[in-house]
Amino acid sequence: MSSSIAEKLFTIRYKVDDQSHLIIKDQQVCLTCETKECTHFCPADVYDWTGEITTVAFENCIECGTCRIGCPYYNIHWVYPKGGYGITYKYG
Amino acid sequence: MANEKFDAIVVGAGPAGSAAAYTMAKAGLSVVLLERGEFPGAKNLFGGVLYRKQLEDVLPDQWHKAPVERHIVEQRIWLMGKDSAVTFSHRNEAYKEPYNCWTALRVKFDQWFASQAEAAGALPIYETVATELITEGDRVVGVRTDREDGDLYADVVVIADGVNSLLGKQLGIHKEWQPDEVSLAVKEIIALPKEKIQDRFNLEGDEGVTIEFMGETSLGMAGMGFLYTNKDTLSLGIGVMVNHLKKKKIKPYELLDHVKKHPMIRRLVEGGETKEYSGHLIPEGGWNSVPPLSGNGWCITGDAAQLVNFVHREGSNLAMTSGRMAGEAVIEAKKRGDFSRETLRLYDQKVAESFIRKDLVKYKGMHQILKEEDPELLFTRLPQAVNRAAYEMFLVDGVPKGEKQKKAIQYLKQAAGGTWNLLKVGMKGWRAMNG
Repeated sequence: MSSSIAEKLFTIRYKVDDQSHLIIKDQQVCLTCETKECTHFCPADVYDWTGEITTVAFENCIECGTCRIGCPYYNIHWVYPKGGYGITYKYG
Repeated sequence: MANEKFDAIVVGAGPAGSAAAYTMAKAGLSVVLLERGEFPGAKNLFGGVLYRKQLEDVLPDQWHKAPVERHIVEQRIWLMGKDSAVTFSHRNEAYKEPYNCWTALRVKFDQWFASQAEAAGALPIYETVATELITEGDRVVGVRTDREDGDLYADVVVIADGVNSLLGKQLGIHKEWQPDEVSLAVKEIIALPKEKIQDRFNLEGDEGVTIEFMGETSLGMAGMGFLYTNKDTLSLGIGVMVNHLKKKKIKPYELLDHVKKHPMIRRLVEGGETKEYSGHLIPEGGWNSVPPLSGNGWCITGDAAQLVNFVHREGSNLAMTSGRMAGEAVIEAKKRGDFSRETLRLYDQKVAESFIRKDLVKYKGMHQILKEEDPELLFTRLPQAVNRAAYEMFLVDGVPKGEKQKKAIQYLKQAAGGTWNLLKVGMKGWRAMNG
């Protein structure tokens, strides 16, 4: 009964803002970052490395804050989505 | 809402915030309860165990109306090998009267809990983010929100904004949490027919079971998994320290899928349908990470203040108690007309005299041991050795018991890297659990 991350995220209700609440401060830092940890530890696969830049699928964010603390260079500007936006759990 | 002034603003309608708001509103204070979610609980998550005593302390008359799932009559602890487990459990009818704890779902519970604060007179302002604290000198005098003209003023701000506590960071009372001070937990709610739950977990009526498991399931990272019974769903999750997760490069949801495949878990969740996936940080720094709890015009409560006893998976109860105590201190401050550090320190004192400080101090060494010790040793090799030892002892294969016992002890020594190391780990563990 394992499911893909896309299927897992599909179980969560999102109200997506048109503005990202997660911002890579400096893509140059990502370029030199060897470990690219954000592409692994994020529980919602928000971050992806294209070979040139880090992309941010903020629409998938479950607002846990791991990337805020986990990025070795603190290169992610992290705030909450606007009031009422973002995830709404059904069970919690 | 510009320029309105209240006695207190509570930021965050989780268990800490609602307990504080209820306590103050009931005493006649004008209180705002701010919440960034669509409704209280919309953003909130916990493993799933809610304790009666601390809820009853806040709501002596209404606690029994709380929307809960099952009352827990049995708690199991599993030490996991790869395809095995050494288990320990306690079941007791005495947990029914009075209830010790229940399983619960935060979306239901938090809405209900916040509605108690509203009924007592707290003014709910939801779907609103508190973006920063408004300060005058070293005093907190209000909060800025993401609404237009959204400044709110109060004599006290109760910060209950959860583990990420951006407001706590703004105050500068503690440094940014380090990756070894927090765990990331991911969880799934898995629907299963009620009869199946009753049968698989040996339950009658609304009895429930909790299972905590550690060992090979966390793939060499420090962490703990859980499987709790709800009415017609199960809560299955696992949390691991963020520094280990960073190092291992394992995706959290893959870890959860790995857990599901363990034969002890697989048979319990089989046939279930995943209804919700979720993830949250858990503050696990322990007592040494707890910041000062109050200052001029502010108190900080619950997860935002690292008030979690991760050894016993207790958090929401510490949150409710700290929220209540902060509320009581603010009531006293209102009486004295003094909202400075001198009066609000009463909150720190209440926490210091309660089980919160005593329990966190008792386990204050745990964080260090998890940080320093090799997670492979604590969470893979030792649990594996215990499982192998148990396997040997129960296996009847013509080898005399004396030899089996020797072998069993050998497994443990080997796992730890010799007798001396085994004793050292044992001693460290003992000290970490005893203050």
